[in-house]
Amino acid sequence: MTNSSSNTTVEMTGPRGAKPKRALSPRNIMIYGVLLVVACYYLLPLYVMIATSLKGMPEIRLGNIFAPPVDITFEPWVKAWSQACTGLNCEGLSRGFWNSVRILIPSVAISILIASVNGYALANWKFKGAEVFFTILIFGAFIPYQIMIYPMVIFLRELGLFGKLGGLVLVHTVFGMPILTLLFRNYFTSLPEELFKAARVDGAGFWGIYFRIMLPMSIPIFVVAMILQVTGIWNDFLFGVIYTKPDAYPMTVQLNNIVNSVQGVKEYNVNMAATLLTGVVPLVIYFASGKLFVRGIAAGAVKG
Amino acid sequence: MTSVSIKNLDLNFGSVKVLKQLNLEIDHGEFLVLLGASGCGKSTLLNCIAGLLEVSDGQIHINDKNVTWEEPSDRGIGMVFQSYALYPQMTVKGNLSFGLKNARVPKDEIESRVARAAEILQIEPLLHRKPAALSGGQRQRVAIGRALVRDVDVFLFDEPLSNLDAKLRADLRVEIKRLHQKLHNTMIYVTHDQVEAMTLADRIAIMKEGLIQQLDSPAEIYNRPVNKYVADFIGSPSMNFLDGDMSTKGKFKTGGTEIDLGNYEFVDGPIGAPVWFGFRPEHVIVGEAATSQPFSTKVVAEIVEPMGSDTLVWTSIENQPFRVRVDGQASIKTGDEFLLGFDPARASIFDKENELRV
Repeated sequence: MTNSSSNTTVEMTGPRGAKPKRALSPRNIMIYGVLLVVACYYLLPLYVMIATSLKGMPEIRLGNIFAPPVDITFEPWVKAWSQACTGLNCEGLSRGFWNSVRILIPSVAISILIASVNGYALANWKFKGAEVFFTILIFGAFIPYQIMIYPMVIFLRELGLFGKLGGLVLVHTVFGMPILTLLFRNYFTSLPEELFKAARVDGAGFWGIYFRIMLPMSIPIFVVAMILQVTGIWNDFLFGVIYTKPDAYPMTVQLNNIVNSVQGVKEYNVNMAATLLTGVVPLVIYFASGKLFVRGIAAGAVKG
Repeated sequence: MTSVSIKNLDLNFGSVKVLKQLNLEIDHGEFLVLLGASGCGKSTLLNCIAGLLEVSDGQIHINDKNVTWEEPSDRGIGMVFQSYALYPQMTVKGNLSFGLKNARVPKDEIESRVARAAEILQIEPLLHRKPAALSGGQRQRVAIGRALVRDVDVFLFDEPLSNLDAKLRADLRVEIKRLHQKLHNTMIYVTHDQVEAMTLADRIAIMKEGLIQQLDSPAEIYNRPVNKYVADFIGSPSMNFLDGDMSTKGKFKTGGTEIDLGNYEFVDGPIGAPVWFGFRPEHVIVGEAATSQPFSTKVVAEIVEPMGSDTLVWTSIENQPFRVRVDGQASIKTGDEFLLGFDPARASIFDKENELRV
């Protein structure tokens, strides 16, 4: 007789080990089929845009929008970037691009800096009135922006910032505050409280703990906040058109002016190229940030 | 001379009173354990001593200096947390020196203090690693080291071993005891583990609902608990309680069984009232030897739980459950009838009305 707990091989019949999976089961066909169809459906407009932007006007006039370009030309792209006209100005989108960059960088940096300190203070330093302050801030996240447009115009006028890039930066910073503060507060609350206590016993103060303990541990949430702000501010149209003047218009506003100009022939290829150029920054962010971007969207979903 | 003294301490969270008029004096070099079930206020008390929670009323003195309003870092304390709370982005060395850098200690002084702490705790090979690359036991050593380098008089431990597995916990327990014998610092140690409390403490403070129930040496708490809560809390398996009365002087009566209390040491002499008769399972003697005890009776084994080193037998006296701890080699099986006996002098009797020891 063999000992039942020894390592001798035992005779076995019937199923053993992992259950085999068929590659072409009805289930898989269904899943991949649906995904493929949906992906094509969503990619089709992008294909049309890219194809059209690479065609010359004569080819476009044939009306076959799904046909691939026969004569590939980059002329429309060059035109969209440096020659397209909005009103009297014929510098193309490049001016709008640099305006957008000038708006984007300070807005993102300032709003994230302030919001992260806000969130840190709310999460870790339970000061008097913290709850009230937080409630007011969150309440702000649920008020439609449109309501505040006119008061903001007056506010900027009084500050002497109306029509200037600085004014728009201020507007973006203020409107980004509720959601970003919520984001940072929730993140800092999720960090172990004992870490904060240990740092206090070690004699670190408000800024010491923020810069030396909290900040190095919060890189992911800073990236999420950055994605959220960059895509949000880059894609903004409303504030851009209201709070700036034509020579300071961001790229989105300028794109609109190019595409919607009613004079002369509608250059579809230039319009497509201009639109793609404007969308490049958020697209690069989407592809470069991967998983963190999904967290950014999930956090942004709170905004409604 | 007292090291830490707490005077009429109150702490409220809103309308909830967590600590109520608490007084506590801790001597220099004493190892005090705060023991209690979760939510009894023991960690809260420790956080108050550390200065991490603002007290509602009362005073805290450390080394005869009133530190009630001082920052945690100015109180002369070092603290070790349950979750280690090591700074994840810093190396072990960075963790150890963080507090010293904040206190602007000169560089060579930092080096020598870190080296000394690392030597005491035997973590020298780990100095350049990040906490993520350490095991649980190593992390807790580093956390202790972080308190050690601060060169303070009072060490505060907040359930430092609760996150470790049983074997490591036993090892580190001995190490903390060794550390205390070497350094002679005052140590205040919070735990819910009675084994840690019994083995480490010079004195144990058992807490319940923000009040200290008993503050005494481990032996005194084990042998002469002041009330039923303490008696029930300390000891594993916990104490048996028989419901009865002492209407006849010097005798405990439950159902048809009468136990002569003989030389039981009463606090204020016997009372004629309903009482709980408490007796520890490990003080019961079974078999032939039971006949020589002042009290003995025949019982039936209902459940037998063998645990290797010893065996727990569940039986009953007058239809009330009664546990007996016997030798692991004893041959009692479920359904067996056996003789048990004990000396009532080792019992603990509590007044049924206020649950205090009589």
